[in-house]
Amino acid sequence: MTPKDVNVSAVQEHFKSPDPMIPYSARVTDIKPEAYAIATYGLMFVDEKIRAGYQFMPGQFNMIYLPGIGEVPISISSDPGDPERLGHTIRYAGNVTRAISRLQVGDIVGIRGPYGSAWPVERMRGQDLCIVTGGIGLAPLRPLIYTLIRRRSEFGRVILLYGARTPNDMVYVDEFPDWETKGIQVHTTVDRADEHWKGHVGVVPMLFYHIRLDPKQTTVVTCGPEIMMRFVIYEALARRIPKDRIYISMERTMKCGVGFCGHCQFGPVFVCKEGPVFSYAQVEPFFGLEDF
Amino acid sequence: MANTAPNIGSQICISKDYLQPIFEALRKRNYRLIGPTLGEGAIVLDEIQETWDLPMGWTDQQQPGTYRLAQREDRSLFGYVVGPHSWKRYLYPPVQELLEVERRKDGISAQPIPQDVTRYAFIGVRPCDLSAIAIQDRVFMGGPHQDPHYRARRREVFILAVNCTRPGGTCFCVSLHTGPKAAAGFDLSLTELEDVLLVEIGSEMGKEAISAVSWRPAGAFELQAARQLLAEAENHMGRKLDTHHLPDLLYQNLEHRRWDLLDKRCLSCGNCTQVCPTCFCSDMVEISDLRGQKAKRVRLWDSCFSLHFSHVHGGNIRPSIRSRYRQWLTHKLAFWFDQFGQIGCVGCGRCITWCPVGIDLTEETRAIQMEGTK
Repeated sequence: MTPKDVNVSAVQEHFKSPDPMIPYSARVTDIKPEAYAIATYGLMFVDEKIRAGYQFMPGQFNMIYLPGIGEVPISISSDPGDPERLGHTIRYAGNVTRAISRLQVGDIVGIRGPYGSAWPVERMRGQDLCIVTGGIGLAPLRPLIYTLIRRRSEFGRVILLYGARTPNDMVYVDEFPDWETKGIQVHTTVDRADEHWKGHVGVVPMLFYHIRLDPKQTTVVTCGPEIMMRFVIYEALARRIPKDRIYISMERTMKCGVGFCGHCQFGPVFVCKEGPVFSYAQVEPFFGLEDF
Repeated sequence: MANTAPNIGSQICISKDYLQPIFEALRKRNYRLIGPTLGEGAIVLDEIQETWDLPMGWTDQQQPGTYRLAQREDRSLFGYVVGPHSWKRYLYPPVQELLEVERRKDGISAQPIPQDVTRYAFIGVRPCDLSAIAIQDRVFMGGPHQDPHYRARRREVFILAVNCTRPGGTCFCVSLHTGPKAAAGFDLSLTELEDVLLVEIGSEMGKEAISAVSWRPAGAFELQAARQLLAEAENHMGRKLDTHHLPDLLYQNLEHRRWDLLDKRCLSCGNCTQVCPTCFCSDMVEISDLRGQKAKRVRLWDSCFSLHFSHVHGGNIRPSIRSRYRQWLTHKLAFWFDQFGQIGCVGCGRCITWCPVGIDLTEETRAIQMEGTK
């Protein structure tokens, strides 16, 4: 890096008068295809100071920026214990993510963050955890799973209920055996099986019927389409899990990530500031309201 | 005539002719004066040079969905209320180029684009708008992240407030306790009396601006006249909004059938959000050169009434007009309390006047109040 490099001046500027909209350069270090139209991008900040100072909590997100294309909020899906090597699992869905699909190792993206609330790891200590998710919804939960593995003895049972539309839509499947040896029970299901699939067929909430939860000491965390989370909450409540022990991660449009643009409003909260992680107790009055 | 400068908080009288020297004093201190002026068939905000640029002798007639200019019988300087513009267009411009971005081999260079650093003197800020500025201050400067551009402009602003002695047909500031008299947040505040201007000094800068002209302490007659005019104004509000239990009322009525009726009336044009002095939502667009090497990040006013506003992959969260109007009204009158500790409406009435179909939020709220929960 040359001293003239703008990122250096940008960092200084950042510490002097923070302009929350300035992204920092990060280089794509590796690309790992995960499933159909989904890949995980390893990213590393170009600037050493930024790299060394960057930390995040499981459940938070970054704004990822491609010059000339635009910016999108994407959950961080890598290990918070190793924040220098950021990972983002991205599904190619819109303009920006489709442009991301054309990136190669060595290319540069802009990143600002981390933003938003985190899975309440401290509040989960001593609890059994039931992580329920579908498809790419596992991405914002992977940092939590890594954290749980690292501090495994502080938690009770950890169960992952994971589903996808088809076996080809599942992410991180190659890591499941490792997670299982490290004390995470993994249950999977698919909506539509193919000729190789030997597991469960059905929607994710049905997996609740294969496990037993102790309502006195279980926390349920879920991320996925709102309709899926609604039924996960339904199953959790049916098992007498308290509302404030059910956590969800919400998705809304975001243009700024810092509470200015107004796009991510969900009733009284800004999903970018107070969320994306909420307890069900917080959002209950509005959750599931049509077109809200 | 007194030689010493008046104290902050004191009320003085100056001749109407002395507004001009105050303008000049401000200009000498590098302020660019923005005030009400005739244009576009309405009273709009624009640069003003002298007292003559003010819509002297004009007034406005406002009702739901209608705005007409009219001549007054007198030569009042401030005998009208607020027009379609609000001061947010200067503090938080409709189009704002934020970053200049360039792709380089070693990274993305993102440089802040130098912003408009004009020192604005806002002439004729109505009490409702003064509250609106305070509300936007909380939005852009009150949270963990601050908008540096808003802050830079806001810090420099000089505010000459004008108390309202002639409320308009869609005004309801009294319901929201934002007017008709400016309570705080100004450098100078005027009450226009028949022959003189009653001035309250609000800050050091206000004191400095007034030092250019001769003044005398306000007498009992002037103070009483102003009090009477403002008391009368309180009784002549064109609209009324019952804010009692307002957040809870809307919380409990998110599925009220009134929203279905609004679905049929509202055009979803977004006028209300553009004229609203507190609406702050913005979009971010990317303007790129053909090679995709250089780009600008531009912030534009956005509206929760546009369909794309709530777009996430797979569709829009609020596809119906019903849901978009509900979002706007409940945000303004209910959720704003949770977000910023106060209501998001100041009672200026712009959204009522400039709604092409004359939807009146006070009427909609009353309908929900009258019909009760669900």
